[in-house]
Amino acid sequence: MAPSYENLPIDDDEFDESQIDFTDIEEQYQVRLDEGLDAFVVVDGLPVVPEDNRAKLVKFLLRKLNSVGRVKDDGVFMPLNDEGKTEGYAFVEYNAPSEAVQAVKQLHGTPLDKKHTMAVNKLTDIDRYGREGRIEEEYYPPEIEPFQQKEHLRSWLGDSDARDQIVMFRGDKVGVFWNEKEDAPEAAVDRDNWTEFFVQWSPQGTFLTSMHAQGVQLWGGKTWSRQKRFAHPGVNLVDFSPSEKYVTTWSHKPLQVDENHPVPHLSLEEDGKNYIIWDIATGKPLRSFTTIDVPSTTDAEGNPVKKKMQWPTFKWSSDDKYVARMTQGQSISVYELPRMNLLEKASIKIEGVMDFEWAPATPKRDGIKVYEQLLCYWTPELGSNPAKVGLMSIPSKEIVRTRNLFNVSDAKLHWQSEAAYVCVKVDRHSKSKKSMATNLEIFRVREKGVPVEVVDSIKDTVINFAWEPKGNRFVLITTGEIPAQAAVPPKTSVSFFCPEKAKGNVVGNFRHIRTYDKKNSNAIYWSPKGRFVVVASLQSQQSFDLDFYDLSYEKPKDEKDEKDKDLTANLQLMNTAEHYGVTDIEWDPTGRYVATVASAFRHHMENGYHLYDFKGNLLREEHIDRFKQLIWRPRPPTLLSKEEQSEIRKNLRNYSKLFDEQDLAKKNTANRQVVEQRRRLLQEWLAWRESMIEMLKEEGAEIELNGGIVKKEDGETEETEEVEEIVEEIIEETEEVIG
Amino acid sequence: MRPILLSGHERALTQVKYNSDGDIIFSVSKDHVVGAWFSHNGERLGTYHGHQGALWTVDVDPTSTLLATGGADNTMRLWEVKTGKLLKTWEFNTSIKRVEFSPDGRQLLGVTEKRSGHLSTIVVYEIIPDPEAEQTDEQSLRIVCDESKATVAGFSYLAIYIIAGHEDGSVSQYDAKTGELLFNTQAHEADMQITDLQWAPDRTYFITSSKDKSAKILATDSLEVLKTYTTDTPLNSAAITPVKDYVILGGGQAAMDVTTTSARQGKFEARFYHKVFMEEIGRVRGHFGPLNYVAVHPQGLGYCSGGEDGYVRVHHFDKPYFDFMYEVEREQANL
Repeated sequence: MAPSYENLPIDDDEFDESQIDFTDIEEQYQVRLDEGLDAFVVVDGLPVVPEDNRAKLVKFLLRKLNSVGRVKDDGVFMPLNDEGKTEGYAFVEYNAPSEAVQAVKQLHGTPLDKKHTMAVNKLTDIDRYGREGRIEEEYYPPEIEPFQQKEHLRSWLGDSDARDQIVMFRGDKVGVFWNEKEDAPEAAVDRDNWTEFFVQWSPQGTFLTSMHAQGVQLWGGKTWSRQKRFAHPGVNLVDFSPSEKYVTTWSHKPLQVDENHPVPHLSLEEDGKNYIIWDIATGKPLRSFTTIDVPSTTDAEGNPVKKKMQWPTFKWSSDDKYVARMTQGQSISVYELPRMNLLEKASIKIEGVMDFEWAPATPKRDGIKVYEQLLCYWTPELGSNPAKVGLMSIPSKEIVRTRNLFNVSDAKLHWQSEAAYVCVKVDRHSKSKKSMATNLEIFRVREKGVPVEVVDSIKDTVINFAWEPKGNRFVLITTGEIPAQAAVPPKTSVSFFCPEKAKGNVVGNFRHIRTYDKKNSNAIYWSPKGRFVVVASLQSQQSFDLDFYDLSYEKPKDEKDEKDKDLTANLQLMNTAEHYGVTDIEWDPTGRYVATVASAFRHHMENGYHLYDFKGNLLREEHIDRFKQLIWRPRPPTLLSKEEQSEIRKNLRNYSKLFDEQDLAKKNTANRQVVEQRRRLLQEWLAWRESMIEMLKEEGAEIELNGGIVKKEDGETEETEEVEEIVEEIIEETEEVIG
Repeated sequence: MRPILLSGHERALTQVKYNSDGDIIFSVSKDHVVGAWFSHNGERLGTYHGHQGALWTVDVDPTSTLLATGGADNTMRLWEVKTGKLLKTWEFNTSIKRVEFSPDGRQLLGVTEKRSGHLSTIVVYEIIPDPEAEQTDEQSLRIVCDESKATVAGFSYLAIYIIAGHEDGSVSQYDAKTGELLFNTQAHEADMQITDLQWAPDRTYFITSSKDKSAKILATDSLEVLKTYTTDTPLNSAAITPVKDYVILGGGQAAMDVTTTSARQGKFEARFYHKVFMEEIGRVRGHFGPLNYVAVHPQGLGYCSGGEDGYVRVHHFDKPYFDFMYEVEREQANL
């Protein structure tokens, strides 16, 4: 039985607390007592006026001060000096401390006229920070730290074997590994408790992001040292700008920043905000925002629909120059970087706007020479106005193209990676609103006048769509009507599309290549280099298929399919694999390998990963308890020019010969090492066994040497017994019908 | 390798053993019955009735004359193999977790469970290897395990030592004459129970399996860990194969967790590792519950496994099993 509180032994050790010097701790954790002066503010920077004009100035001042709260009657005290003039400051008492706080927040730094700017501070703060001894009387120039050479942040790209890195989060450990194909990945770094929630790479792979309750940390360089730290208590999500200049952090809880809750780098400005946009180079916040509440909608039965939060909320233009956020149904606010000011000081009003997406690359429109970024948005049917899809050029805010659509129930915007096309997937209902169909409206952004091509041959609902990266082919998955309360998800079909062959340097019309029916697939993962695509069934209880397709399969000449000869694709299902419990699929940035992950974030069955090559051959599988994440380290865009790239492609055969030799050599040395190791183990073992047998002989251990067989006492004449065993075997069976 | 399924038990198997000739398999189960089977065809030779509780352990003496069993009815019993006659019952305060004969069959060892004020002990009786003889009630040795309870134990070569595996993952070496603790080593992870201890044919080394998902080969003299076999599942049993240098490991998710997961990830497979190179070379599926014990034919011709699912699966090795050789082994063989 545990001793009760009363019976706890009293610590007899005499201990004199007064002997300890607590002053340093007291200073650090000084508690600000409520002094009853919280409703006072000190207004400084006022004009110096003679006594006669004081009343006038007070009256003028009160107009400003009363805009945030109520100043007490006779609450302004403006002292006079010996010459009968004011001192240029005043003490003001508000009715409540909260009003004083508001006054400091809103009025501090307000210009009064050209010469005078009002400084509003809390009286307690003046006392606290301006007290004697707190401020050095003499000026010391700040010490400039000597220059320190920083680590190269892209050293991993210089790997002699051009291997890629993977971050793996398993259990409480986070490690970065070199991909070794079928062999165990080689650890570059492996740390316990590196992150609290998850890890994430920056878009060009420079930084590894770890998420903590206090904020976000960026790691990088060869020694994986901390590069930056962004304090954002309670942070939930993080999003980088495409060129890694800025980062957005978001927490569902509004920030609390005040003097009792100081946060490094954050000021009162950030109090109550949810989003912070940071400059990565300086580690300082640029601007913060609160969450805009999405007006709750109701479904057909009048039940409130839970809105999924859109992430990223702040969407970056491809060159980091703009970031935009939508206020659903009203407007899009575009901010210019690095100042984070609203473009032309106003949000762009677009009535009813439902969604928008930036072009993922700087568009190259026909005949357009000036700099621009494009964004695409759509609005639903409003009253008698049709639904609309629009393309807007930024910064001119000029609408480049719009298209009217009818009977729209939902739309999704899909940009092609080079901003050559944007496909609007339009879910349309029939007039009776009973059946659904999908149209694809493809805007050819690079062609003159941005022509729109419509693919409306799709009967079923499209549940997924994906463009080929850097290409012009696409895959979509359709499903039939979903019967209500069906236990089994309906079968899906996977369809492939590509442009027709056309004369000259133009892209032909999009044509259907082939459809694979009766699939369970629901996810599309293109190789980042295009051509190859994995179509998978994720988040399913029954099926875990992975289908590997090649869209430029080189068939032997004589087998050429006449039917597909005018298409710019040659589709081939290369391989089918299954990974039980797969939840995520990750292509490596070079498009050579695919990792499939069964993450413990989603379930606890056979967590681990499989590694395939692009053809769908399984290279490696590993089961790891509580395996959570596997992400390939992205690579920055290539520095080679188009010509240099095509030169390499032309000489690929020579290069690959070299690589094959390297691979072979590596394998041979590895094999030799393994064989050597085995030989050593075997020799050691045999030597040990020999010594043991020798020892047993010396000890006279007959039974043991005889394999544990005990000779019977009277077994001098070992009687042998013959055991006969009859084995019946049917050699042939014939059936005869008699009579 | 087509297994023979022995489906004569009604509850989970706890131990299976071959006799020294390898022609008979003895099995004990939680259904209170001891079974004896012909190993070559799986025909039942007979049963031994008398125990009043779940059985935990069985061993047969080297001449296949006497059979010892122990179980949850707090008794250790001695039977005549041939007739099934109960020769002797020793009573204890707690259940018997392990019995084992010495190499010459003249001593019998029992491990008692720790419970309600009774410490775990290892007891030794002198045995007269004759079914007609009156067996003694007097313990020739009694070792009390006050540190951590013993879960498994056995006699070394020439019965010089008694080696015991403990609940805390350590292995102890006792003097088999005096009962003095000579040496204790933390062979497995701390607080990961040692679930099995089986000997090499000449008893100069042995293999232990543990809940820490690994099995290890230790030298009898020095208790030095010679080999380690790491798996992805808690292990219940490990055996060393004669003839070929393999070890067989059996285990699987703990019985109490099984219902919460699919059979797929229960990992109810017998795993074959190369004894010297410590590499996995194969798995045998079949059981649909964890494997509680694996036993190897003394001449290395086959193995059998007893599962939580209530079945014994008897396997006879095929030719490829004997033909398989690593490159370096072939080199060695051709010398």
